[in-house]
Amino acid sequence: MSTVTSGRSAKVTLPADDQILVTRGFAAPKHLVYRAWTEPELVRRWWTAKRGTMTVCDMDVRVGGTWRWVMVTNEGDFEVAFHGEYVEIVPDEKIVSSEEYEGMPGATAVNTVTLVEEDGRTKLTLLTQHKNKANRDAHLNSGMEDGLQDALDLMEEVAVSLA
Amino acid sequence: MARAATTADAFNAVAEPRRRQILDVLAGGERPVNDLVVLLGLAQPQVSKHLRVLREVGLVDVTDVGRQRMYRLNGTPLKNIHDWVKAYEQTWSERFDELDVVLEELKKEEGDVDSDER
Repeated sequence: MSTVTSGRSAKVTLPADDQILVTRGFAAPKHLVYRAWTEPELVRRWWTAKRGTMTVCDMDVRVGGTWRWVMVTNEGDFEVAFHGEYVEIVPDEKIVSSEEYEGMPGATAVNTVTLVEEDGRTKLTLLTQHKNKANRDAHLNSGMEDGLQDALDLMEEVAVSLA
Repeated sequence: MARAATTADAFNAVAEPRRRQILDVLAGGERPVNDLVVLLGLAQPQVSKHLRVLREVGLVDVTDVGRQRMYRLNGTPLKNIHDWVKAYEQTWSERFDELDVVLEELKKEEGDVDSDER
């Protein structure tokens, strides 16, 4: 059996207290996934997850090149901006870049996107390495602003009951 | 990829379904290990092993009451991080759903090019 994840939802784990790891399998070869991550007109189509409009999608995909992505949200009409620099590029396989959320200057993280193809499918891993746990937690916490907290599952019910 | 130690933090510790069951039981109040053995239908060594993991990440506290050890839930290490992770996971799931659509189109384009070349 293939070990490539076939699940359609992202898995998020916290391998260390200053890291976030996102994994997902895709039913496509890695060179197409790579294109979708490195071509602005393609990034524009998925990165906002329909929560807003991408007003800036600048990407100079080469080592030392910079990137800047800006989204204006549908709800609340506020601007969310990120920028950084490409640190390492292995075409079709790996993209290492720094990332700074402009709402939190100085809290720069390093993202490593790795693509591994198996039987025509691609396993994507996105490892975000923060400088410290506080920055990592703030990054995770920022997702709450979307107001899209998932339905409560058992684990959460347990935690809430303690509050 | 190296597997993260399940004891590394509270979130990973509760990835195990039996441990979630234990937390669910303890949410109703503190219990001795024997209660958990009965309620979960597991052997005591297994329950003890899960309790040890949960104690290591601070989700379960233990106190000696007479000759019994009572286990009690402490959900605070879990609450925030869990909420954050679920929200973050949701964001990325939605992005990747859109990415799937893009990839299907790219595959189709590539297929069209291939057939044109033939």
